Amino acid sequence: MAVCIAVIAKENYPLYIRSTPTENELKFHYMVHTSLDVVDEKISAMGKALVDQRELYLGLLYPTEDYKVYGYVTNSKVKFVMVVDSSNTALRDNEIRSMFRKLHNSYTDVMCNPFYNPGDRIQSSGSVSLSRAFDNMVTSMMIQVC
Amino acid sequence: MEGLTLSDAEQKYYSDLFSYCDIESTKKVVVNGRVLELFRAAQLPNDVVLQIMELCGATRLGYFGRSQFYIALKLVAVAQSGFPLRVESINTVKDLPLPRFVASKNEQESRHAASYSSDSENQGSYSGVIPPPPGRGQVKKGSVSHDTVQARTSADAQEPASPVVSPQQSPPTSPHTWRKHSRHPSGGNSERPLAGPGPFWSPFGEAQSGSSAGDAVWSGHSPPPPQENWVSFADTPPTSTLLTMHPASVQDQTTVRTVASATTAIEIRRQSSSYDDPWKITDEQRQYYVNQFKTIQPDLNGFIPGSAAKEFFTKSKLPILELSHIWELSDFDKDGALTLDEFCAAFHLVVARKNGYDLPEKLPESLMPKLIDLEDSADVGDQPGEVGYSGSPAEAPPSKSPSMPSLNQTWPELNQSSEWETFSERSSSSQTLTQFDSNIAPADPDTAIVHPVPIRMTPSKIHMQEMELKRTGSDHTNPTSPLLVKPSDLSEENKINSSVKFASGNTVGQQQAGVVAHPPAVPPRPQPSQAPGPAVHRPVDADGLITHTSTSPQQIPEQPNFADFSQFEVFAASNVNEEQDDEAEKHPEVLPAEKASDPANSLRVAKADSKTEEKTAASAPTNVSKGTAPLAPPPKPVRRRLKSEDELRPEVDEHTQKTGVLAAVLASQPSIPRSVGKDKKAIQASIRRNKETNTVLARLNSELQQQLKDVLEERISLEVQLEQLRPFSHL
Repeated sequence: MAVCIAVIAKENYPLYIRSTPTENELKFHYMVHTSLDVVDEKISAMGKALVDQRELYLGLLYPTEDYKVYGYVTNSKVKFVMVVDSSNTALRDNEIRSMFRKLHNSYTDVMCNPFYNPGDRIQSSGSVSLSRAFDNMVTSMMIQVC
Repeated sequence: MEGLTLSDAEQKYYSDLFSYCDIESTKKVVVNGRVLELFRAAQLPNDVVLQIMELCGATRLGYFGRSQFYIALKLVAVAQSGFPLRVESINTVKDLPLPRFVASKNEQESRHAASYSSDSENQGSYSGVIPPPPGRGQVKKGSVSHDTVQARTSADAQEPASPVVSPQQSPPTSPHTWRKHSRHPSGGNSERPLAGPGPFWSPFGEAQSGSSAGDAVWSGHSPPPPQENWVSFADTPPTSTLLTMHPASVQDQTTVRTVASATTAIEIRRQSSSYDDPWKITDEQRQYYVNQFKTIQPDLNGFIPGSAAKEFFTKSKLPILELSHIWELSDFDKDGALTLDEFCAAFHLVVARKNGYDLPEKLPESLMPKLIDLEDSADVGDQPGEVGYSGSPAEAPPSKSPSMPSLNQTWPELNQSSEWETFSERSSSSQTLTQFDSNIAPADPDTAIVHPVPIRMTPSKIHMQEMELKRTGSDHTNPTSPLLVKPSDLSEENKINSSVKFASGNTVGQQQAGVVAHPPAVPPRPQPSQAPGPAVHRPVDADGLITHTSTSPQQIPEQPNFADFSQFEVFAASNVNEEQDDEAEKHPEVLPAEKASDPANSLRVAKADSKTEEKTAASAPTNVSKGTAPLAPPPKPVRRRLKSEDELRPEVDEHTQKTGVLAAVLASQPSIPRSVGKDKKAIQASIRRNKETNTVLARLNSELQQQLKDVLEERISLEVQLEQLRPFSHL
């Protein structure tokens, strides 16, 4: 369903970004980058209370005419950004939440790998990838776009 | 391959050597590492060794088949004999001594070699050529290797002609002993230390045997030998040689390949016959792994934390990517720690990778952690990471990250409740249904309208007042009092009736109608008999009303009498202009012919006209009947609900009329004292009457004030309703 999925570290550099190759990927990169501001704004707005009370799912960050951008933040300030095609109206909020949950789970699995240094890029290239499961999961989420 | 003719001794020697090198007992291929060791033991310079290898075709083929091995051995002998290495020299050089392989470490080897060379027939003392056991620089293994050699020699002795098919095909036995110095493969006869590239080379069988072609399914099927040292040693050269050799001789390769595949197939079959899974860990391997596990984690049921595992596996010098992949495969429950099974699986994978096997995409079943407790829990659900043994397939469910326990616990719940996470983003706008409250109020008026409103007829009231006035004049206190009371009762009833319809909008009119009933009933018609004077004294209409009231009670008893027709006529004359006959008929009955009262009467008549005729008609007969008896009749069911608000204005006037009535009543009182002088008794009676009148009037006053309050409340409620109704007026 998603057109582009990105994982951004706490320091706001991308750990993993992947988009469907049909479109100009740079545009997605830019959208993800601009969405970081919105994410930070939402975090700061909600961050008055304790972090625990903060909802991980941020919801729709901002819509453009073609796409909608959803955000999700973990407790360690790792951000997941997902760009969804606006024409896909069947995509409900619950589904977005479930997709983010799967992303989070896969990310934690990558984290659990002791050979993964936190802060490294989650490499998706190569014969043996650091996060094959993560890649597969992301692919499954993106292939559904068709 | 050139034909190779070997003498018997050579044949035996070579076969023994081959058997020795053929640690995998393939009978086809010798382990490359072993062969190289052998060659090194031959104390030949390296370049010579390489040359030999090249000549025999092993480098070309990439492996040492039997023929290659034999040729190599021959070449060794040639080289050792000092002959130039030529391919032709294999056969040309005659009477070559047997190649001598001097063991660098083990004395036995030289001894054996010597013994062998000396006693070529002696098979039992073979094994001299056996190079030192795998592992260089492992001094500690000296004694061990001795035993190994002994064991092997004994084994080899048994298998000179036919290499023993060791029950353990090519299991990676405890070759790690060389690595960790902790264990010795206590296999026994069947022990065969692995050679590093053995399995790697196994696919390439020997061209010798013309076994049928088998499946070339070799990749990843043979259990990889875990000899990392050997692997590291053999990795680069053999692989390079392999690669270079592959495109070489097609024929041989193809044949070799087929043979290799066959060999591999045979091997696999052999393996499969013994073990069902090429990835399966043998007992020795497992034991070794367990021992390794113990070095890190003494508790076998415990975990190896990720960092420790990372250090451990980093020693294998595999690239980090591959290690991470191995980790992904082996960490079954994704907890960041390795249990014993996971550790064994990881180790096994490392060994495999070291030996050149590609890592599988999925964890092989044989490497999966064993089911311990969770066999019952078929559901993926919550898997406590502490257990570590999970039977779920390699595709671990997402809810397995005990390293983040809070997250782990929430995820399953969230996963389960994903369908129930109906967040209210789609919350329908709350439709405020606040429009029904106002509907209640309008209903009441309608219902209220249905209720009959027993409102006193105007004439009846008038009659009562007249009667009262009469009685006051004619010493009819008793009747008057009830009469007086009656109006109050009536008024109360009216009030009650009106209060019933308080909520309705029309009740105001009704109440006022009720109120109106009083004033209309009050204004008496001045009786010409008794109080024309006071009636005359009325300069104002209100006075006229008073006189009317004063006269009305007086006239009430006269109603049935219809005696005073003069008044009736006058009134009739005054009321001729009125439209309704019944009223004209009524009024002459009741009203005295007072000019002053006429306007009031006309007013009253007008009001009566505005009121329903039925009411008046009904009141007329009732008024007639009232004459005899005290004015018992309660107000007839009056349909005064139809009274419009226009009547309110005249009703207001009637209020004044009522006051006028009161005034008339009061006015009638002063008329009484005038006759006091006549009769003292009459004075007392009049005093009593006055008092009663006072009480009655006071009561009336209070009632009227109550009515006023009710009216005001009703007005307020109506205003509220109006405001409620107002928004809907715009709809």
